Amino acid sequence: MSEVHAEAAVHAHAAPTGFIRKYIFSLDHKVIGIQYYFLALVAVFVGMFLSLLMRIHLVWPMAHLPLLGEIKPETYLTLLTMHGTIMVFFVLTTAPQSGFGNYVLPIQIGAPDMAFPVLNMLSFWTTFLSFVIMLAAFFVEGGAPLHGWTGYAPLSAIPSAGPGQTLGADLWIISIAVFCAASLMGALNFITTTLDLRARGMSLMRLPLTCWSWFITAILGLLAFGVLAAAGILLLLDRNVGTSFFVPGGLVMTGVPVKHQGGSPLLWQHLFWFFGHPEVYIAILPGMGVASQVLSTFSRKPIFGYRAMVYAMLSIGILGFVVWGHHMFMSGMSPYSAFAFSVMTMAIGVPSAIKTFNWLGTIWRGRVRFYTPMLFAIGFVSLFVSGGLSGPFLAQPQLDINLHDTYFVVAHFHLIMGVAAIFGIFAGTYYWFPKMFGRMMNERLGQAHFWLTFIGTYAIFMPMHYLGIAGHPRRYSQLTEVKFLEPLMSLQEFITIAALITIGAQIIFVINLFWSMFKGAKATANPWEATTLEWTVPSPPPHDNFGGRVPVVRHGPYEYAVPGAARDYVMQNEESTVPAHS
Amino acid sequence: MATLTHPVTVEEREPRTGGIMPPPAPPRDGKSEGPGPGFTPADRLRRYRIGLAVGLTPVLMLFVSFTSAYIVRQGLGDDWSAIALPPILWMNTIILLASSVTAEKARRMAGIAQESGGLWLGITLILGLGFLAGQWIAWKQLAAQGIFIASNPSSSFFYLLTGSHGAHLVGGVLALGYAALATRFHRPPETRRIVVDIATWYWHFMDLLWLYILGLVYLAQ
Repeated sequence: MSEVHAEAAVHAHAAPTGFIRKYIFSLDHKVIGIQYYFLALVAVFVGMFLSLLMRIHLVWPMAHLPLLGEIKPETYLTLLTMHGTIMVFFVLTTAPQSGFGNYVLPIQIGAPDMAFPVLNMLSFWTTFLSFVIMLAAFFVEGGAPLHGWTGYAPLSAIPSAGPGQTLGADLWIISIAVFCAASLMGALNFITTTLDLRARGMSLMRLPLTCWSWFITAILGLLAFGVLAAAGILLLLDRNVGTSFFVPGGLVMTGVPVKHQGGSPLLWQHLFWFFGHPEVYIAILPGMGVASQVLSTFSRKPIFGYRAMVYAMLSIGILGFVVWGHHMFMSGMSPYSAFAFSVMTMAIGVPSAIKTFNWLGTIWRGRVRFYTPMLFAIGFVSLFVSGGLSGPFLAQPQLDINLHDTYFVVAHFHLIMGVAAIFGIFAGTYYWFPKMFGRMMNERLGQAHFWLTFIGTYAIFMPMHYLGIAGHPRRYSQLTEVKFLEPLMSLQEFITIAALITIGAQIIFVINLFWSMFKGAKATANPWEATTLEWTVPSPPPHDNFGGRVPVVRHGPYEYAVPGAARDYVMQNEESTVPAHS
Repeated sequence: MATLTHPVTVEEREPRTGGIMPPPAPPRDGKSEGPGPGFTPADRLRRYRIGLAVGLTPVLMLFVSFTSAYIVRQGLGDDWSAIALPPILWMNTIILLASSVTAEKARRMAGIAQESGGLWLGITLILGLGFLAGQWIAWKQLAAQGIFIASNPSSSFFYLLTGSHGAHLVGGVLALGYAALATRFHRPPETRRIVVDIATWYWHFMDLLWLYILGLVYLAQ
């Protein structure tokens, strides 16, 4: 074997045989992708359970829950903090990017693996460690922290601020810092792989939009997580070493004067939201990629305006970094800065509208096949629009000052960054399941799951807009006794019942997932008649993806309904004399 | 002796999309067309360099965040009192600059002459450890004056910046140490070259970062 071949073999790392090297400490991007996916699946059920407790408490505050008893205000804040943190980091950041991205990206660009397989394995196990540390916060003295997922100082900076603010809060910060390290390793791998491991002929403008979305998301992560890590380090020092970066002077906490002085809680907000706002796009961009992929495939039409889609995603990424201040309209910032942040925020509406228009243009007059992945992709677009429409309202300081701490904001971000992203994850799951496990998911169960989730989601979050406008504040543990909110309580009850039904519907998904994994109908290599490279290899793909045959790419990613072609689609590596319309 | 299995292809531009034209159809005998792009030693070196450049971005962002916090905090209130920098910092700076020169020497030997450059790596390592020891002494000197991390916002930032830089430099020391031991681990020369190359560029970055930090704390005086 020549040295070049030897080096290639070293990189592609021969197929492992033992259980531990094959499934636990695997270097194979496919196994790592599935590991991330299941980590997110566990996390989403923990997060959902916490939200259910909150919903039950909101409408029946005196209810005695098994094991927990009556929920106290501080416990409610703990639930709120941990629900937000777990969902944002371990579900919305983990599943669409690290899960699907790891599994699909190398195959879609024609690479045998990620650029740095060992780093890839390390980043998964670091994420796992971070999740364990986060969960550990529930079990230490004082319990989990209650400072919210945004960890606003000085509440988060002073251990005496509440029962969970001692060891629980330290664990929370350490977990976030470890998560930052893991995400940075992942982002590094994604960027290098996309830049350097594309197969011959796979030019940037031939990348499937999923790859573009993972690539841009990785860049956002690379720039944002370093800032969050810095903020976390400063916060840890404030809490444990006695520095005063974020603690203001003259503060009295639980009757005791705090000895720090001179720091600025607003500094925390700036650093946090410089990460926090791009994080919204880290959650939603991969969903946009999946939706584009699925809409095109199941409409049997090329993506309408491929280039515009790429540039729209790039502009969303760039604008996402300059608008963090819109989270701080309430902080007493200068009206001039508020105006600048407001204008730039509303500018994000432009690329978002381009994307929506192009998705609709893709389905328009297509021969649409309404399989479950397609339903969820359409659901994604629907939620993206209905969640996005409330954005311009909140982007205006005058309106935001009224709506900021109400359920209106809860409705806004849950629709767009929460469930829209989750619908992206569902679309991806139903779409790539045959590739990942070699079997089809049950279509009937999938459709039932979709309709219950879709209707349930709207039933939960649409009324919250009304609650917010009517003045129902968020984050409060108990408002059943408040006179002016009394007329709203029946609506809160409706939302809680809708939440119970919607969460119940997820059991259908879990049953479908595990049942199909073992008992589903066998999948062919390309059950959806799609065009990208992952459908050119067997389901599931062999260890090095292409069995030693490196693909050569000759077509764009969405060549459906090609006039004159034998079939209504041309795969990316197909040798075809028919002129393509990329 | 390495044999190149890649045919050298001239890239043509596709008329319509401007993308790179794929080469002619591959043989259909079911066998491999070679290891594909990205697997020659030169490709691997390039990939690791891209990885390093990408990986240094968050480090940069970390220190950008510290800097912005530094500027904001300095402008708040009147509790900022600058600390006198320990003179040993200048000595440390010279040591670190010298170590960058020796690291570069090792990198060039590994790259051009395909030698291990072990001696120069060893000197770099010693200088690097010398710098870290010097920084520790600087901390001790400040502590002897009663200036600790929580004494004043300016001392907080001094400890924070030097500490974070030192922690990153420890990573560089480990990488250099691994590069020096790579011969012992019987790594192929190409792999050794990559390790030395990446460790050196990282080291240069740490060097520049230190000059930046020194400028920042010096200007605050």
